[in-house]
Amino acid sequence: MEIQLLLAGILFLTGLAGFLVRRNIIFMLMSIEIMLNSAGLAFIIAGSHWMQTDGQVMFIFILTVSAAEVSVGLALILQMYHHYRTLDADAINKLRDSKDNENI
Amino acid sequence: MAAYIGLIPGLPLLSFLIIALFGKFIHRRLIAYIAVGSVSISAVLTLIAGMAFLKSGSSEGNLTHVFYTWMTAGDFTADISLKIDALSLVFCFVITFVGALIHLYSVEFMKDDEGFGRFFAYMNLFVCSMLILVLADNLLLLYLGWEGVGLCSYLLIGFWYKDPVNNYAARKAFIVTRIGDTFMIIGLFLLFIHFNTLNIDSLTLQATQAWAPGSALPIISAILLLMGAVGKSAQLPLQTWLPDAMAGPSPVSALIHAATMVTAGVYLIARMHALFSLAPIVLTAIAIIGAATLLIAGFSALNQHDLKRILAYSTISQIGYMFLALGVGAWSAAIFHFMIHAFFKALLFLAAGSVILLLHEEHDIFRMGGLRKKLPVIFITFLIGGASLSALPLITAGFYSKDEILWLSWSSPTGSLWLWMAGIAGALITSLYTFRMIFITFFGETKTEPAHRPGLLMTIPLVILASLSLVAGFIEMPENLGPVRLFSHLLDTVFPPGHTGESKGQEWIFQLLSAVISIGGIYMAYRFFYRKSGIPGFLKAHPLENFFHGGWGFDWIYDRIFVRPLVWLADADKNDIIDRIYVFIAGITGFFGTLLSRTQNGKLRWYSIVLTAGIVVLLAIMLTL
Amino acid sequence: MNTIFIIAGTVAIISSLMSITNRNAIHALLFLILSLLSISIIFYISGAPFIAALEVIVYAGAIMVLFIFVVMMLNIGQQEEFEHKWLKPGMWIVPGILATVLLVIFIYVLKEYHFEEKVTVVIGPKAVATSLFSSYLIAVELAAILLLAGIIGAYHLGRQRKKVIHRFLVRAPGKKQPSGSHEIKAN
Repeated sequence: MEIQLLLAGILFLTGLAGFLVRRNIIFMLMSIEIMLNSAGLAFIIAGSHWMQTDGQVMFIFILTVSAAEVSVGLALILQMYHHYRTLDADAINKLRDSKDNENI
Repeated sequence: MAAYIGLIPGLPLLSFLIIALFGKFIHRRLIAYIAVGSVSISAVLTLIAGMAFLKSGSSEGNLTHVFYTWMTAGDFTADISLKIDALSLVFCFVITFVGALIHLYSVEFMKDDEGFGRFFAYMNLFVCSMLILVLADNLLLLYLGWEGVGLCSYLLIGFWYKDPVNNYAARKAFIVTRIGDTFMIIGLFLLFIHFNTLNIDSLTLQATQAWAPGSALPIISAILLLMGAVGKSAQLPLQTWLPDAMAGPSPVSALIHAATMVTAGVYLIARMHALFSLAPIVLTAIAIIGAATLLIAGFSALNQHDLKRILAYSTISQIGYMFLALGVGAWSAAIFHFMIHAFFKALLFLAAGSVILLLHEEHDIFRMGGLRKKLPVIFITFLIGGASLSALPLITAGFYSKDEILWLSWSSPTGSLWLWMAGIAGALITSLYTFRMIFITFFGETKTEPAHRPGLLMTIPLVILASLSLVAGFIEMPENLGPVRLFSHLLDTVFPPGHTGESKGQEWIFQLLSAVISIGGIYMAYRFFYRKSGIPGFLKAHPLENFFHGGWGFDWIYDRIFVRPLVWLADADKNDIIDRIYVFIAGITGFFGTLLSRTQNGKLRWYSIVLTAGIVVLLAIMLTL
Repeated sequence: MNTIFIIAGTVAIISSLMSITNRNAIHALLFLILSLLSISIIFYISGAPFIAALEVIVYAGAIMVLFIFVVMMLNIGQQEEFEHKWLKPGMWIVPGILATVLLVIFIYVLKEYHFEEKVTVVIGPKAVATSLFSSYLIAVELAAILLLAGIIGAYHLGRQRKKVIHRFLVRAPGKKQPSGSHEIKAN
C-alpha cells in the first residue's frame, strides 16, 4: 500500500515539476492533468484498501471536474491565442503591481 | 437716533455678506447694484449725519452710540461703539464718497474679469473695515478695523492670484504692515496697563492728567503707536510695500493705496493727538520722518518707468507731507491735505487704470505716448489731477492744502527752516515727476494704440473727482486771499486751535515761492521731457539712476538683512534632525513597499513556484511540530 | 500482482517524465496517453474495473483527444523553436529541488504508517452505482450542473466573432457604400 501511494506521490510530483518548468500554456495544462490523475490514483488505492466504493466514486467526480476544467481551459487558451498570438504564459501578466500605478 | 450711524459701516458689511454667500447665484448686474448701492447709501447717510452735525453746532453734535458690549474681562470692557465727531465725519465723507465713485468705476473696469463678485465682496468688506476704523470709539475697535483693512489689502493686492508675483506683493504688504501692527498692539497693551481702558476719550483725559509732558511713558507709547502708523501709511522705514502693491487692480490702488488705507496712520496720529502732544520729541520725529520720506519717495518717483509705480511713490511722498504737518502741530492742515489728496490721487489712479486697461495692460510709460488726442477726457482729467498734485497756484485745490502745510512747517512753533526747505524741494520734485509722467504718457507720438474710448461708468467718476480737485480747495483759503476757514472751523471741535491765525504778513512770500516752484517744475519738465533738451548730467548718471529706481536701496537692504537669514533659518528647520528621522522612516517604508511589489509581477509560473515553496515550508513546519 | 504493478508503475512514471520534458506537443500528448493507459492497468489490478474502463474512455479517450484537437488547430508545431529557447536545462534546478524536498516529506510521512496486506477485492460497477445514486446523489447532481456550466462556458468563451466586410468596401474607400453590405458572424 505504501508503494502504491508512493507511486501516486511520484506521479504528482512529476506533474508539479512539469507545471513549474514549462512555459507553454498547453504543457502546463497537461501537467495539471497528470496531477489530477495521480490524485485519482491515490483515491482508488485507498478505496481498494478499505474495500469501499468511496474511492471510486471520488474518482468519478475528479474525472468530471477534470473534464469541465479542460474544456473551459482550452477555450480560454484559444481566446488567448487569438488575442496575443503566442502561447507564452509570461505574456499574460497585466495583473501585476506596477511601480507608479500606471495601469490602474 | 444715533443708532443710524451704525448703518454707515453696516450696509457695506451686509452687502459683503450677501455677495460673498450668494454671489455665485446672482447676476453680475445685481452684484454691481448691491455693491455700489450700499456704499452710495452710506455716503448719503454720512452727508445726512454731517448736516445734522453742522446744524447742531460744535461739541453737542458729537454722537456716540454703543451697539454691543464686545468683551468684559475684570475691569476692562470694550464695546462696539461708534462715534461721530468732526474728524471721523471728514474721513467718513471721503471714504464713502470716493469709495462710491471708485465702486462705480470698477463696474466697468472689472466687467470682463471672472472674479467680479469676489472683487466687490472684498471692496465692500474693506469699506466696512475702514469705516469701523474711523468711527471707532475705543482703540480696540480701531484695531479691529486696522486689521480688517490690512486683510482686505492683502486680498485685493493678490486679487489676480494665479500669477505668483501678485501673491508675493500681497504677502510683502501684509508682512511689512504687520511689523507696524505689532508695535501698535504693544502700544495698546502699554496704554491699557496704565489706564485700564482703551476708550479714546477717557484715555486722552487720563493721559493728560496722569502723565507729564516729555516723560518716558508717553514717549514710549507714542513711539509704539507711531510705528503702527508708519507701517500702515508706508513711511520710512516701512515704505517698501507700497510700490509693489501696485500689482493689484487699479481701483484697488485708488481706493486702498491712495485715498483711504494708507491714510489710516494719519488718522491714528490725529485721533491720538493729545497723547502725541505729551511727547514733543515724538512729534519732531514724525516731522522728520515725513520730510525724509517725501524727499526719498520724490527722487524715486522721478526714475520710474511704470505708470502706477510713479503714482505709488507719489502717494508715499504726499503722505510724507501729511506726516510733516502732523509733526509741526498743524492738525487741520494735515487733514485738509488728506482730503484733497484723496480726491486727486484717486483721480490719477483711476485715470491711469483706464489708460493701462485701454492700452492692453501696458504699464511702461515709455511705450505710451500721444494719448492726448486719442483719449481726450482721460487726458484732461489726468491733467487736472496732475496739476492739483503739483499745487498749481490758485486754481487747483492742491495749492491751498500744500501751501498751508508749507507755511505752517516754517511758522509753527515747532517748525523749522529745514523742514520748510525739505517741503519746498519736495514740491519741486513733485511737479517735475508729475509732468514728466504727463508729457511722456500723453504727448509725443503714439507707440501703443488704445483699444477704444472709455465708457460712461469710467468717465463720470473721473469728471467728478476732477472737479473736486479744482474746487474743493476753496473751503480753506489762507489769510491774505480772503480768509475762508470753513474746514479748520469744523475741526476746531476736535483739535486744539491751530496757529493758522498768525500770518504776520509774511505768508505771501511763501505763497509766491511755492507758486514759482511749482510752475518752475512744470517748465523744467516741459524742457526736459517734451523738448528733450538740456537734461542735466546728474540725472543721467547711471548708478544713481538705478539707486533711485530701486527706491534708494531699501528693498535691497531689507532683503540682505532680514529676508535671507529668515529664509535660510526656515530651510534649515525644514531639514533638521527630527524631520530627517521621519523622512527616513517614510523612505524605508517606501523601499520595502517597492521591494515587495516586485513579487507581484503577474507571471503565472512565478506565482506557482512561490506557491509550491510555501507548501513545502508549511508542510515542513507542520511535520516537525 | 505485485510485478504487474511494478511494471505498470514504472511505465507510468517514465512516460510522464517523457511527457513533461518533450518539446513537441503531440509527442508529449502521446506519452501522456501512454501514462494514462498504464495507470488504468493499475486501477484494474486494484480491483476497480469500472474505473479502469472509465479512465480509458473518458480520460484518455475524450480529454486527451480534446487536447490533441486544440493543439492541431493552433498549429503548435510552429512553436517548436520557442520550446528550444524556453526549455533550458538550467530551468530544472528550482522545480527539481522543490519536488525532491516534497518527495522526501512524502516518504517521511509514509514511513509513519504501517499498513497490513489485505486481499484485493473487486468492486464492480454495480456497487459503485448503488453507492453513487444513494449516498452521493447530491454530488452527482452537482457534478451534472458543473458539466452544464462547463459546456456553456466553453461554448461562450470559445466563440469568435469575425467581422467580414464586403470586398467592395475594402478596396475603394472613396466610393459610396453599395447596398448589400452586412456583417457575417462566424461562430
